[in-house]
Amino acid sequence: MDLAFDAEEQAFRDEVRAFLRDKLPDDIRRRVHLGDGSTIDTDIPRWQKILNAHGWGAPAWPVEFGGTGWSKTQQFIFDTECALADAPPQLAFGVKMVAPVLMRFGSPAQQQHFLPRILAADDWWCQGYSEPGSGSDLASLKTRAELDGDHYVVNGQKVWNTLGQFADWIFCLVRTDSSGKPQRGISFLLIDMKTPGISVRPTRLLDGTHEVNEIWFDNVRVPVGNRVGDENAGWTYAKYLLGHERTNIAGIGASQRELRRLKQMARTLERNERPLIEDAVFATRIAQVELELKALEITTLRVIFAEAQNHAPGPEASILKIRGTEIMQRITELQVEALGARGLIAESPGHDPGEEIPRATETYLNQRKLTIFGGSNEIQRNIIAQMILQL
Amino acid sequence: MDFSFNDEQQMLLDTTQRFLASEYGFDQRRKLLESDEGWSRGVWKQLGELGLLAIDIPEADGGIAAGPVGVMLVAQAVGHGLLLEPFLSSAIVATRAIVQIASDAQCARWLPALASGERIAVLAHDEAGAGIDFTRIGTRATRDAQGFSLSGSKSVVYHAPMADLYLVSARVDDGSLGLFAVAADAAGITRHALRTVDGQRAADLDFDKVRLDADARLGADVGDALASVIDCAIAALCAETFGVLDRILKATIEYSRARKQFGTPIGSFQALQHRMADMLIQFEQARSMMYLATERCSDTDAGARRASISGAKALIGQAARFIGQQAVQLHGGMGMTDELDVSHCFKRLLAFELRMGTTDEHLEIYRRGLQAE
Repeated sequence: MDLAFDAEEQAFRDEVRAFLRDKLPDDIRRRVHLGDGSTIDTDIPRWQKILNAHGWGAPAWPVEFGGTGWSKTQQFIFDTECALADAPPQLAFGVKMVAPVLMRFGSPAQQQHFLPRILAADDWWCQGYSEPGSGSDLASLKTRAELDGDHYVVNGQKVWNTLGQFADWIFCLVRTDSSGKPQRGISFLLIDMKTPGISVRPTRLLDGTHEVNEIWFDNVRVPVGNRVGDENAGWTYAKYLLGHERTNIAGIGASQRELRRLKQMARTLERNERPLIEDAVFATRIAQVELELKALEITTLRVIFAEAQNHAPGPEASILKIRGTEIMQRITELQVEALGARGLIAESPGHDPGEEIPRATETYLNQRKLTIFGGSNEIQRNIIAQMILQL
Repeated sequence: MDFSFNDEQQMLLDTTQRFLASEYGFDQRRKLLESDEGWSRGVWKQLGELGLLAIDIPEADGGIAAGPVGVMLVAQAVGHGLLLEPFLSSAIVATRAIVQIASDAQCARWLPALASGERIAVLAHDEAGAGIDFTRIGTRATRDAQGFSLSGSKSVVYHAPMADLYLVSARVDDGSLGLFAVAADAAGITRHALRTVDGQRAADLDFDKVRLDADARLGADVGDALASVIDCAIAALCAETFGVLDRILKATIEYSRARKQFGTPIGSFQALQHRMADMLIQFEQARSMMYLATERCSDTDAGARRASISGAKALIGQAARFIGQQAVQLHGGMGMTDELDVSHCFKRLLAFELRMGTTDEHLEIYRRGLQAE
């Protein structure tokens, strides 16, 4: 047993750090640090192109498709260092979600067309899964795709679509058969967002941001060639997608970055004329969450180690998801508490209230999503009870 | 990064588990618990014969030198078995103190008898109201022509009733911190025998001008060495507790599968399923912290070592509270009885929270380190 990274892994970490120091543009780093998402539509592709030029566009992909061939541990180190360096996240919908499905189930033509464009950030991908009546019970989805010659005609509504306002393509789960079990009649379609009949309507969130959309499909014609794999087998592909690329599901690097910020805030901000960090109650709250994060980091490494020993990624990921999201939410709560009444400021036209303000409150509001999306934490507990505890 | 155990470590674990499974069932332990002595010298001898009392002794002194990971695995099995014998007190804590602090001659005098199980030693360090802060030690050793005179009191010393040798920490009149080997039958010692809440045997010890020869002192100013011994003791106690958590969690899951109400196993109810999922999450977090504490045992940076091990004690203490209480709750009325191992585990977990510094004391130690960063 040895918890420390070995010499090779440490050398790799140094290489990643040096790369981030040299190649991550300062303006992007600064915006990520401030939580300023105003130019996310250009920052993410810019960063993806830089990564790709270095051969690091898709760390987890197999080498034959342009990946790095890195071990799971190296991928974890890469994800963690990127977050700590204030690099923008890679757009998961392309690199981490639709790409693995295409590699496993897509046709050679689909692979050859889409994968290089994902690597080079030529296409912005988004996801069309949830519907008004289909959240945790995703298999009940109703968006219809009916065959008409060599096209499907798609009608319906998707919700909670993230950043689709910038998207070139959407991967969608659609119903192609309503006769049997709900899971059996679902197909996986790739749809060009420029196709006539698609409309994107923003859903304004509690933090004031435009992060998610409703997407309406009105007689949208999609070539049959844009179906992935077999008709009515889409549920299998969707489940494969969910089980993929989960080394970063705990978000260790992002939580470490926010914890670092919290400690900086506690040292700088004053309460009763002394630094907040000197307050025993507040410092104990930081200590508690720091310990929980340390435990989760080790738990994550244990899961990665087990996967490397040829254990397939399993339901343990649910533990990482639950704890990772709870810890991040706790850190953002403490950031807001650190601000005290200054955390009330939502807007301050023509006046600079200090760079942590109002981002901390906005982040706190935004991060409530963590325990809801990607399978709510209650669904994750169901998975643990059924798959691990076998109840 | 490597989370596997080598063959020797795996063998130690298997040996301990196999022995306890055959010799230390619930009813066998129950008899010991209710006996006057409260433990079995026979079991103790067998542990010695299996080599398990020599795991923390260097090879040069005839031991197995299993290292922190070996200690962790055996301690885990010992915790799972709810062992009443002084494994942690004598074979780990007192043995480690001697190995780390005593002279070669003192090691040669004591280690073979401790390894075989012939003799038992315990560290007598805790004092009522002192916490785990060394500076507050009230026991005094005064130099005189022959050696030392020792006076003071030690509180709830686990396994003192069966010990032959006490290793007593005391402030020496020159201001240094001393550790003294004191025969249990020395004149001037009053031993008030106690039964602890987890069914183990302990004692409050009063020392009234106990005469000690000069060579009863181990090492010189032992503050740093004793801190290291205590850190490793806490790490081993964390591992022991993880073994208890393993037993109580599995018992709860099995009970929820077997127990039927409203015509169905209670484990099929979502409210209970989610509770057990939360128990599992805390259990896995506790395992990670046990690994951290074990790894940091050999850290030469005393501050970092103490911070990590205190952090582990705090988090595992919180897990012990949550998992223990929920295990009793999910067993319903049966959880309240003395008939099932759940209540026995529950009390052992409570003892963990209170021993070697409480959960909050350790959280405070970690917090102070964070403030000083």
